[in-house]
Amino acid sequence: MDRRKSLKSIVLGSVAGGLAVHGCKPSTVTEEFVEPPKINYPGRVSLEEELIEELTDEQFLNPHEIETLTILCDLILPPSQEFKGASDADVVSFIEFMAKDVPTYQPNIRGGLMWLDHNCNTENGVEFKAATVEQQKAILDGVAFYDPETPANERPFEVNFFSLIRNLTMTGFYTSKIGIEEIGYKGNQPNVWDGVPDDVLEQHSVSYDEEWLAKCVDQSKRGIIAEWDKKGNLIS
Amino acid sequence: MQIIENSTVYDAIIVGSGAGGGMSAKVLSEAGLKVAVVEAGPFFDPAKPEHQTQLKWPYESPRRGKSTRFRPFGDFDAAYGGWDIEGEPYTQKDGTKFEWFRSRMLGGRTNHWGRISLRFGPKDFKHKDVDGHGDNWPISYDDVKPYYDKVDKMIGVFGTNEGLDNDPDGFFLPPPKPRLHELFYIKGARKTNIPVYPSRMSMLTKKINNDRGVCFYCGQCNRACQVYADFSAGTCLIFPAQKNGGQIDLFVNCMVREVTTDEEGRATGVSYINKEDRKEYKLKGKVVVLGASACSSARILLNSKSKQHPNGLGNSSDVVGKYLHDSTGADRAAFIPDLMNRKVSYNEDGVGGMHVYSPWWGDNSKLDFPRGYHIEVWGGMGMPSYGFGFNANEFNKFFGTKVGGYGDVLRSDAKKYYGAVVGMAGRGESIARRDNYCEIDPTTVDEFGIPVLRFHYKWSQYEINQAKHMQDTFEEILINMGGEPLGDKPAKDTNYGLHNPGNIIHEVGTTRMGDNPKTSVTNKYQQLHDVDNVFIVDAGPFTSQADKNCTWTILALSMRASEYIVEQLKQQNI
Repeated sequence: MDRRKSLKSIVLGSVAGGLAVHGCKPSTVTEEFVEPPKINYPGRVSLEEELIEELTDEQFLNPHEIETLTILCDLILPPSQEFKGASDADVVSFIEFMAKDVPTYQPNIRGGLMWLDHNCNTENGVEFKAATVEQQKAILDGVAFYDPETPANERPFEVNFFSLIRNLTMTGFYTSKIGIEEIGYKGNQPNVWDGVPDDVLEQHSVSYDEEWLAKCVDQSKRGIIAEWDKKGNLIS
Repeated sequence: MQIIENSTVYDAIIVGSGAGGGMSAKVLSEAGLKVAVVEAGPFFDPAKPEHQTQLKWPYESPRRGKSTRFRPFGDFDAAYGGWDIEGEPYTQKDGTKFEWFRSRMLGGRTNHWGRISLRFGPKDFKHKDVDGHGDNWPISYDDVKPYYDKVDKMIGVFGTNEGLDNDPDGFFLPPPKPRLHELFYIKGARKTNIPVYPSRMSMLTKKINNDRGVCFYCGQCNRACQVYADFSAGTCLIFPAQKNGGQIDLFVNCMVREVTTDEEGRATGVSYINKEDRKEYKLKGKVVVLGASACSSARILLNSKSKQHPNGLGNSSDVVGKYLHDSTGADRAAFIPDLMNRKVSYNEDGVGGMHVYSPWWGDNSKLDFPRGYHIEVWGGMGMPSYGFGFNANEFNKFFGTKVGGYGDVLRSDAKKYYGAVVGMAGRGESIARRDNYCEIDPTTVDEFGIPVLRFHYKWSQYEINQAKHMQDTFEEILINMGGEPLGDKPAKDTNYGLHNPGNIIHEVGTTRMGDNPKTSVTNKYQQLHDVDNVFIVDAGPFTSQADKNCTWTILALSMRASEYIVEQLKQQNI
């Protein structure tokens, strides 16, 4: 067993054991924690790769937290006929990584999940993950909206906790392959930029000056080597 | 530990491989000189698949492109280094704050910069004559113009000849058409009586030679271009020089400690630490060319103390490290309701950065600050990366609807507001002052045992007034675009959002040029007054900054100084 595997099993083993002692239902998520394939990240120098490896080796979320977060993130971006959900983009794994990359997130995520269970237990007598969708949504309805005129550091903790999870869910989802497809971004591939399409200009009530356009690149001549006259006028 | 000496005697040893060092390597090696280039970071070539971050997707970074200590401009940014390099500290003096950005790699900071390539104008070299502040350069625009012309043709820069007084014409490639948000900027700026022109940036919108590719509009110049369609010193200077048969020995991961000198006080070469085995080595050369960055070159000079140069090499004037100055910078952004509900039917990545800009338009004789600034513009439907979707529907507040929530409403809100923010950045000129400086901190060394720099830098009321003017201007333009400016307008308590010095990464002036050896470090050919075989080709010799980015001037002046070195070696003067 290599170091990464053993570290994981130690962390997960102790957590699962802890839960068992306290009489909680043992998690079924543990089986999913097999050794992830080694990914080569592009353009990294060794110090950066070491950091990624170190962060990947650590395990922050325990199985109960993973289950709760998975439910929470899917309430934020639910799967449906029309759309993929947060868990389709494995948003929780992204949050797991970010919690280690930005350690200041940790107390908010962990404490927030505890608050969620406490609140749900008080209201409904069950922890959040075991509540009905209606019960879960009733809790979220109380924390999901914020007053943008109140500075973030003056808003209630549970509101900020939910904002953090919503932000990480949105980013995690929309930076994934399925999220980028959904948002419709068309770039990140070789192409030739030749101005805003006419229907878009029309939609936003703007237009190009002829004078300005006359100065711009003629894309049919982009492959011809540039030549100038003595005054700096392009002649090719 | 014994210092290991290399038996080769180079015609020239160049320290640093960025804009200044890279250009010098090209000119000197192509003139037939045997050249060593000593670079503190690793080899880097964006054509190599293992070095590429261009065209990668956000999910190919575990942090989805978020910045790290190693890459403050994001996980995919080509520039490795940053404000805070482990084992290589710098310190501050008297509670002042200077942020020092270093890029440790072949090509240096040219792998990162925005490629905004502006010539200094006639006024910029003689600004004391205009307003009485600072000092004139010992050279004029006419001295540099032929070199700007050559740099334009050698490296390629798009733009337009507009016949402006202080923003000279050049040999431009044709610019790309404005994007949608840039059309809004043009409209808003014109309504504010501020002129807008096509930007001037060093990407190849048209073929310039058979060695480099043409821009394919991915908008990712900061990730370094695998077809070499944008400028960086490795891809456009050093590699082509090697291809042309130039004799260049590259020493990478080698950190220069000092310039070595002989009994007469002339330079004999450099000593450096090889970061891989942590041993000290010496290289011998007839000429030493420093292009390590304004502050790093000053550090090397100050650390090169000897019997002949007790105050540091080239520092009989006590001016090395003094007159450090960076561009001023302040920013603002707005939500533009007319840019909501955009069609995502097309790719608007464009070149990496803005297609339009506003050079300085004002008359400083009627203002409470002596120097100007230019305006940079950003916006558009960019590739989602870390931070996308944060506070996804905060703009609901402008419509009086609820902010936050969960469920599919977040999806529709994210799409509604995608591409509806436009930002502006002012980059301006500060006055060079003797009491803004870097010096050696006698109490601190880096992990290689080399004494580090300590900074002392304060903005004056002029820069603060200029930042106030930026904020007033930005707000007016953004409102004239139909926008809702975001956040509170930066006010007096934050110096109107004026960034800390160093933050704009245009450090210049630490080894200023001048005719008088008592008040300057180099002569007008960037040759030390005190030692005739040491030259400085980074932005250290700048007598003043302009309201322009400094790279194009570093390139032109490095070419000029390097041609002078070739001439002087031929005539056996050095």
